[in-house]
Amino acid sequence: MPGDSSPREELAKLSARPVSKGHSPCPRFLPTPAYRVDTLLQTLKDGLTIGSLYALIALGYTMVYGILKFINFAHSDIVVLGGWLSLITATAIVEKLGLTPGQIPPWWVGPLVLLIAMVACGIIGFTIERLAYKPLRRAPRLNVLITAIGVSLFLQNTGQLQFVFGTRPRAIPQLLSDQTLLQIGNVHIRLLDLVVIGTAVVLMVGLEWLVFHTKLGRAMRAVSFDVRTAGLMGIPVDRVISITFVIGSSLAAAGGFLWALSFTSIKQPADTSWVLLGLKAFVAAVVGGIGNVRGAMFGGLAIGMLEVFGQQYINPALKDVYVFAALIVVLLVKPGGILGKATVEKV
Amino acid sequence: MHALISRRPVLSFVRTLALGAGLGLAALTGCDSGTSPSNANAGKAAPSGTTTSAAAAPAAAGDIVIGHYGSLTGSKATFGLSTDNGIKLAVEEVNKAGGLEIGGQKHKVVLKSEDTEGKQEKAGTVVTKLITADKVVAVLGEVASGITLAGAPIAQQFGVPMITPSSTNPQCTAVGDMIFRVCFIDPFQGYACAKFAAQDLKVKKAAILFDQAAPYSVGLKDEFESNFKKMGGEIVAIEAYTEGEANFNPLLTKIRERGAELLFIPGYYTDVANIALQARKLGMKMPLLGGDGWDSSDLAKNGGAAIEGSFYSNHYASDQPTPEIQNFVTKYQAAFGETPDGLAALGYDAARLLFDSMQRARSSDGSKVRDAIATTKDFKGVTGTISINEKRDAVKPAVIVEMKGGKPVFRARVEP
Repeated sequence: MPGDSSPREELAKLSARPVSKGHSPCPRFLPTPAYRVDTLLQTLKDGLTIGSLYALIALGYTMVYGILKFINFAHSDIVVLGGWLSLITATAIVEKLGLTPGQIPPWWVGPLVLLIAMVACGIIGFTIERLAYKPLRRAPRLNVLITAIGVSLFLQNTGQLQFVFGTRPRAIPQLLSDQTLLQIGNVHIRLLDLVVIGTAVVLMVGLEWLVFHTKLGRAMRAVSFDVRTAGLMGIPVDRVISITFVIGSSLAAAGGFLWALSFTSIKQPADTSWVLLGLKAFVAAVVGGIGNVRGAMFGGLAIGMLEVFGQQYINPALKDVYVFAALIVVLLVKPGGILGKATVEKV
Repeated sequence: MHALISRRPVLSFVRTLALGAGLGLAALTGCDSGTSPSNANAGKAAPSGTTTSAAAAPAAAGDIVIGHYGSLTGSKATFGLSTDNGIKLAVEEVNKAGGLEIGGQKHKVVLKSEDTEGKQEKAGTVVTKLITADKVVAVLGEVASGITLAGAPIAQQFGVPMITPSSTNPQCTAVGDMIFRVCFIDPFQGYACAKFAAQDLKVKKAAILFDQAAPYSVGLKDEFESNFKKMGGEIVAIEAYTEGEANFNPLLTKIRERGAELLFIPGYYTDVANIALQARKLGMKMPLLGGDGWDSSDLAKNGGAAIEGSFYSNHYASDQPTPEIQNFVTKYQAAFGETPDGLAALGYDAARLLFDSMQRARSSDGSKVRDAIATTKDFKGVTGTISINEKRDAVKPAVIVEMKGGKPVFRARVEP
């Protein structure tokens, strides 16, 4: 008889019911209670963080494509380099200051690490362009593309040597205090979140200003429009290309630094997660309209949001599918990208 | 998408080129030092960080050559490097004692290590190379079950006995009668974790976060789930990630809403530190529980305070006060300057069990050594007393360790 069981047994039965009903056949697809405001806020925050990082990295792809019309496959490896260089400089500085783990270093350590990483990667980007791409300026585009893959492999495999970065995942020391600035329900808005998003936004606004409001920016846009004519008009094409690489690489370094800061533990340079990060940033650039600076920023945010929202509200297992499905849809519907202009490919 | 497609073949092509160059180099150095008279003591050099086959001493006539294939580079390199160090230590010990005594004659043992880069597709190539080119009498390896499954059929086909130190997937030894292991298997590990959670921690509600792309992780998840339910527990959430994920917030937020008292993460240490850090930032304070995939000194280094108070099942705990373990830990620390993890201990045990079997077989002939391994009983290893059963698996207890002060500390022991 049902009435025979004690209240405790009833309770146990009740609490056990969702398990037997909802979980056993296909437990992963249980929908999250969408009405929870803090879940929505958390997702928005994550989307904004990831999206701004994608945007920073996408800028490098789009700038190089805009000018040289080739995909710089080594770009994601510059991101890795930026992340690892910041990890190593941060560790060295923290050690030099004699801080114990958990102690927060002074405020200037973060910006200093970022600056070092950006400058170092800028120099490396410049060198790569000079050594690998410049000799191929007049070669068919395919040659440059293959060279880019070669550079990428070189950076990956050099990076995973034991005396360079090694193969072990490592964590960047804590550079910012962990305090919560604002708490809404279960969502903690931390100093770190603001710093990551803020730095990304500042860098993007800076680039926007550089491209559209300076003489150098005008030169870059001219070279992107037509390399030969720009050269005939007296624009130092080689120098502009070099500067583009330096800027793109420093933005990638900043992306790597912020990535390490957000997710703390980073993996070795040849890890597949980096390849995927680069691919997604590349997708962001294409979705926004490759060759278009504003498009890359928009595409980065859109891809970041799409990924995180799909993961939270549809099915987390398919998170990469959303990103690449978006790419296919955009290529079918608006091949030039959402903010890009449709161009006829000269064959 | 073109990027992804066009990238792969080129990648493997370049690797093949590099491998070819590497092999050529190995062959060159082999010939070179083979003719020089000064190399008699080469095998007695102290164990060092060098891991390529080119660095290994060439084998002279009468030497016993054994092979090891492992992920010496790649994303899970600590697995392969630790195992390799453990094997090296065992080889070093035997050689210091004048060599391995088989049928009244002492033979020097030479170890050939090959790198799988943590890739399944490389396993076949390197095992074939070890057997056909290096003429090894037995093969040790791999750590990851997926790679062992790719290498084992080759050893079986050539009739060379193989012992995997640490592949826990049940399928590995089912490949053939030449394949053995010295570790426990996943069904037992899942059972041990569930038993510890339900009876030691007295947890009623648990959530699972697993790597959907790793057979190891999926297997452990299934075993934990069914055993935990059998023991009266409730699984309130199951979420899946794929290796290489950086942002676990969406998955963790879902788990947080369901009020789990324990989070079971049967993944690899490379992801666990990140999961722990992000979970703590989301305000999740429950203990985390995992399997032997957590076992790396990098876990505490990267996870820091976030991983404190969490548990994982392992093959041994370096702080257990038995003489076998303390002896091993001291020797290992003297040789490599770090505390050995479970994989190092298993590598050491696998090599020693192989030597023991050769001595019992009074031969290094493949089928005789095989028979000797198969009849191993109560072998005193660092990771416990090992007996090989009819499925060629080791029957032995598991240990649950707790992360305390950045170190795994013995917490409980679960008998088979």
